[in-house]
Amino acid sequence: MAAIADTIFTPELAARFDKLVTIYPLKRSALVPMLLYAQDEIGYVSDAAVAEIAQRLDLLELDVRNVLSYYSMLRTVPAGKYNVQVCTNISCMLRGGFELLQHCKDTLHIGHKGVTPDGLFSLEEVECIGACCWAPAVQVNYDFHENLTPAKMDKVLDDYAAGRGHNVPPSPPIGSAGQEAK
Amino acid sequence: MPTLVSHPDEVKVISRRFGQGAADIDKYIALDGYKAVENALGKGADMAPWILAEMKASGLRGRGGAGFPTGMKWSFVPKESAKPKYILVNGDESEPGTCKDHVLFLEDPHAVIEGTIIAGLAIGSKMGFIYLRGEYRYLLNIMEKAVADAYAKGYLGKNIFGKDGVDFEIVTQTGAGAYEVGEESALMESLEGKRGIPRIKPPFPAVVGLYGGPTVINNAETIANASHILLMGGEAYAKLGSERNGGTRLFGISGHVERPGVYELPMGYPLRKAIYDVAGGIKDGKKLKAVVPGGASCPILTADEIDVGLDFDQMAKAGTMLGSGGIVVLDETVSIVEFALRTIRFYQHESCGWCIPCREGTDWIKKTLTRFHAGGGNKKDIDNIQYLAENMMGRTFCPLGDAAAMPTLGFVKKFRKEFEEYLEGARVEHPLIQIQPVGEPELAGAH
Repeated sequence: MAAIADTIFTPELAARFDKLVTIYPLKRSALVPMLLYAQDEIGYVSDAAVAEIAQRLDLLELDVRNVLSYYSMLRTVPAGKYNVQVCTNISCMLRGGFELLQHCKDTLHIGHKGVTPDGLFSLEEVECIGACCWAPAVQVNYDFHENLTPAKMDKVLDDYAAGRGHNVPPSPPIGSAGQEAK
Repeated sequence: MPTLVSHPDEVKVISRRFGQGAADIDKYIALDGYKAVENALGKGADMAPWILAEMKASGLRGRGGAGFPTGMKWSFVPKESAKPKYILVNGDESEPGTCKDHVLFLEDPHAVIEGTIIAGLAIGSKMGFIYLRGEYRYLLNIMEKAVADAYAKGYLGKNIFGKDGVDFEIVTQTGAGAYEVGEESALMESLEGKRGIPRIKPPFPAVVGLYGGPTVINNAETIANASHILLMGGEAYAKLGSERNGGTRLFGISGHVERPGVYELPMGYPLRKAIYDVAGGIKDGKKLKAVVPGGASCPILTADEIDVGLDFDQMAKAGTMLGSGGIVVLDETVSIVEFALRTIRFYQHESCGWCIPCREGTDWIKKTLTRFHAGGGNKKDIDNIQYLAENMMGRTFCPLGDAAAMPTLGFVKKFRKEFEEYLEGARVEHPLIQIQPVGEPELAGAH
């Protein structure tokens, strides 16, 4: 399909989207990854992103919003630069997940889904993130931090505030790396 | 980064490459990687029947939770099909208490790829999908690199391993946060770019699955076992486990134990030993209160009920399930009322809302338990919770309704006395779950 002329995304992401719609038997399959990657770049799924993704996939904006509203990682309002996601599900609960959540609320002075005034941090109480054996665990953006205590949590937050925090880099273009290699 | 653990009682099959840098393709090959596929391709016309026979002989049963025999599942796929056939690897690991696939993707991504190719050869498919949960972005990066390396070696793409006419493509992607998508038909919907809502069965995915084509859907651990089974032989694999439960399994032991972690134990291994020996016993010398044996959806076992073997049949006999192998251990300090509330809050949040018994049932149990936990309960609530849960069972498209009802029934039946004492004032001193004033967004749960 023809590339979108006036894309709102960076050239890298636009190129990636061009590729993404070609690797599935039906291009609509690219919808969930596209929403996620758009959010990674913009910080949330904006109206403009919805419009462009709908255009790329030949869908109605309504179809895109219908899917967007289903997935809990997708958001339509900005979060903080570092989105702190504290798991309080059973395994984490047994090892101090709730105490950790309270500690984050007290430290950052925000509640669930809150954003600090400087936009640096946001906080979320999340369901199981798949780190049960290393509980309590927190994800900051896509990065896992495990076996935490309030003191270790302070260190994690300090590191991100000082720009030293680790951030999982964006994925290489889906499916394309291998296909180009052959 | 997850810490790897080890115990002498472990039997390392699927975990034998863990901790050895097998994410690197050359290291993987040095550790017998991709040998199983080459062996299979060497069988010529006998390839598919040979793979299916070994898989059936292995007694391998689905590691996602349902425990369906894998060889049988693969053999249900029709030989001739007008539509393309697909392999779908379920790495949407979201069952609370379960983090085994996390370690698998991290430590041995090529085993997942090799298993996917083997499944493809067995059923005559040319395309596989590996779907990870959205939170596992760093693991997607690892899988992406592994897939790219496999393409570069000619193990994926056209004419794989130099065999003319044998093609296999793999696409990897993640979800975006939805427990429900771990259900096989909802997973297919999600992969087709839709809301993760379950489909009615029949038709089963083996006949009408992804994009309407016959599809094999397996848990990542199940599929990663395929190469090990072909290398060691189905019968040898079966012998590692217990009767009708072949092989070994990754068990994630979490909660109040001294050494939580993911351990590979033979099927049928005693649960008591898993807790007290392998995981080092109860944390801080406290007493055991209860165990959730296979992820949050499995009915709880009391401290007196743990003399049972870790396999699908023995667990069913004990009135619970082996589930996804996530063993969550509770010490004497845990309030079952609070634990039950946290559990139902999860299912209420994750119910996709498609089936009314699940959508309404989880919500009303959560509301009742929230009030009960906050001190506003009465005796009728306990019966009411049981009544609601009983009316969810078996009345939904997918097993999420059952997954919410079963543990709830376990809590109120086995710990009814604790619920009654709670009413009489035996409440937790410092409740973990704080009740929010009405109207605050937090009352609506985590979403």
